Amino acid sequence: MDGDVVVRPEENPVTTAGAVARAKATAVPASETLPWLISAVLVGLALYFFIGIDQGAVSVFGDTSYVHELAHDARHFLGFPCH
Amino acid sequence: MEARSFVLRGVVAGGVAGLVAWLFALVFAEPQIEAAIAYEEGRGEAEQALAVAGGAAPAGGAEEEIVSRGVQATLGVGIGMVGIGIAVGLLFAVAYTLLHGRVALRPRVLALLVAGAGFLTIYATPFVKYPASPPAVGSDETIGDRTALYLVMVIGSLVFLAAAVAVTRLLRERLGTWNAVLVGGVVYVALAAILMSVLPGLGELTINVVESGPRVSETPLPLRDASGAILYPGFDADVLYSFRVASFTAQALLWGVLGLVFGGLVERRIARETADRATEASAF
Ligand SMILES: [Zn+2]
Repeated sequence: MDGDVVVRPEENPVTTAGAVARAKATAVPASETLPWLISAVLVGLALYFFIGIDQGAVSVFGDTSYVHELAHDARHFLGFPCH
Repeated sequence: MEARSFVLRGVVAGGVAGLVAWLFALVFAEPQIEAAIAYEEGRGEAEQALAVAGGAAPAGGAEEEIVSRGVQATLGVGIGMVGIGIAVGLLFAVAYTLLHGRVALRPRVLALLVAGAGFLTIYATPFVKYPASPPAVGSDETIGDRTALYLVMVIGSLVFLAAAVAVTRLLRERLGTWNAVLVGGVVYVALAAILMSVLPGLGELTINVVESGPRVSETPLPLRDASGAILYPGFDADVLYSFRVASFTAQALLWGVLGLVFGGLVERRIARETADRATEASAF
């Protein structure tokens, strides 16, 4: 996907070509990113689950429906199935 | 930039997007939700009166309230919107990090593109089959089935987008970028359409078919007595329409703000890093 335009980032700070070149210079290697990325996915999915689904169809916090009740309007409005 | 900076910016941008969606929800969602709850209560009373007239014993007291309507309609909806903003901000940041610097797009354009993909797959495509519904529209007995079907739509859409992107990349050299993207778009729409036609409508779920015959949705029909006379009307079509348009708009706003704020934050950070490096270099 590499473009054939050669741009020295420091010479071209404002244009799109310059911004693309700077982005390429700051691409993140997979090894050091993995712990951050995995935690972000886990926390993101957990939040999605607790706000959208928990205590409706399945429940982690047992039979009290406090989480469901509190986020109830958002659950409907965000498109999740509810009562 | 390291992954950490992207993830933290995802949380910030998602939180800001959630706040904006919260304000939107207070103005445009709550009136519809209140109308839907009023309908639900009125209908419950009418159903009970009908049952009592038919010889059934009156059911005991109202449902106990765990969180008051006042809290649900203000703080509760805020916690939900900001929480979802942060959740999708985190997932968004992961997708963005994997693409950053690997495609010929500047950060703010890539951020908006990834946000658009998130809106399309996680919300808009599932919405076409199973649209957002206010309280009273949706049966308690089918919550498990409805949740499973909804998640199938979400996961299916994500898989289909990945397939469409793969097809686009394969064809890019042969067809050129424009045509390859068009073919990818057709692949996505076709796969999504197939899944939608295979999955049942909510009104086709067994419990609902037994109760009121096969229908498209669970939107309440009028309540009738034995002679067929209407005792209580069906759900107000205008409330349903307004609620769904508002829901769709709120999600567009959520993902749009997320993409714009995130892209802006990343470009600012990179510009600062570049400037720092330039200063260091000139110090020697
Ligand atoms: Zn509900």
